[in-house]
Amino acid sequence: MPEKPRFFRATAVVLRHSDWGEADRLLTLYTREQGKLRALGKGLRKMRSRKAGHLEPFTHVTMQLARGRDLAIITQVETLNAYLPLRDDLRRTVQAAYVVELLDRFTYEEEGGNPAVFNLLTETLTRIAGDDDPWLVLRYYETRLLEWMGFRPQLVRCANCSREILPEDQFFSPTRGGVICLRCGIGLPGLWKINVDALKYLRHFQRSSYAEAARANPPVEIRKEIEALLQAHITYLLERELNTPGFIRKIQPGS
Amino acid sequence: MLLPEPIQNLITALERLPGIGPKSASRLAFYLLRAPEEISTQLAEALTALKSQTALCPECFNIMLAGRERCEICESAAREEAIICVVEEPLDVIALERVGVYKGKYHVLHGVLSPIEGIGPDDLKIRPLLARVAQGAAKEIILATNPSMEGDATALYLRQQLLPFGVHLTRLARGLPVGGDLEYADQNTLLRALSGRQEMN
Ligand SMILES: [Zn+2]
Ligand SMILES: [Zn+2]
Repeated sequence: MPEKPRFFRATAVVLRHSDWGEADRLLTLYTREQGKLRALGKGLRKMRSRKAGHLEPFTHVTMQLARGRDLAIITQVETLNAYLPLRDDLRRTVQAAYVVELLDRFTYEEEGGNPAVFNLLTETLTRIAGDDDPWLVLRYYETRLLEWMGFRPQLVRCANCSREILPEDQFFSPTRGGVICLRCGIGLPGLWKINVDALKYLRHFQRSSYAEAARANPPVEIRKEIEALLQAHITYLLERELNTPGFIRKIQPGS
Repeated sequence: MLLPEPIQNLITALERLPGIGPKSASRLAFYLLRAPEEISTQLAEALTALKSQTALCPECFNIMLAGRERCEICESAAREEAIICVVEEPLDVIALERVGVYKGKYHVLHGVLSPIEGIGPDDLKIRPLLARVAQGAAKEIILATNPSMEGDATALYLRQQLLPFGVHLTRLARGLPVGGDLEYADQNTLLRALSGRQEMN
């Protein structure tokens, strides 16, 4: 078998960073080419580091890496998009943090690249940095990410008996990730109610492009319901609460 | 070979320190084993004194000698009460003090907000800062958190919390690093350096 080349290139978004050794940082990247990848950034905590500014969380970069003994080491890096507005507004910062935390929790190293997920990530960061409706951006992202991770919510047929779901108020099962018909719903534990309008919007997000989905403008109660249902389903799948939603509650004025 | 328990215990304890892996931990443990006894005795005494003889200043939360009422900077009549410089860690106070030009007081947060790690306002010394500002002596607050995503998020949150007090808020200027090269600068640094440019005439 030919030996792998010592240097390789990657297009990546920096998901998170943590301190490593004296002045280094351990970075979690999502790369277009090979999916999630952890790499070492040497000397990033030094004020004079040329690379540090390019390797902050949420930055879209192109880089060269060298294969190390345990971890790849970043040798060159250049910013493709810094999404600067994400750093100037706390609302945007925490929403971007939610986006990268969700991807980080759903993916593992060495799964291989998924360009569609990579595009979803960069498009979502662009939308958060812009003036799009943030609620819609995040719900669309969740729906799409679940689909790519193999957890497409079952919204057309009952997740229990496969009968077609009628357009009326139904039940939703966070553990099965789908709608449960009224007939099955009576005996099953742990079900949530789902309003027919919430169901319609969820179906719309699932089958539409972002441009089409972005035309939706659900009322506040429906927004809350959809957000809570998706969050319950995601928490069930990840077996643990995410950190960012709790953080958002903690920084809300008046809390 | 199984190591005798006392050595293994030391290695395990050293491994928990940041930046020290299993190899460095073993190297340090065996060094201490061979070194004259007074070296390990001094180290042990220093470690015990570290916790028992230090405390946090109840006003600014910088590290101080245990038994004091407040730290030297808070007690000093020469330091202006009207300015508070907010930093992440006690080491940042030392770095700023080395420059020797700042004459105001400090407030040490003991960390930064991190949405992804779930570190919220109540995990830091933010409430005591708000209480300090509410007393009214402070007129300017310098937000000197690091120029990182977490440092920026913390500064934005503090801004949101401090604005109602009507104090003058400033953030440490950011620009090109000394000895740096313009062509290697990232967009964030360049943008801030441009918006923070200074008069030359
Ligand atoms: Zn059914
Ligand atoms: Zn003090």
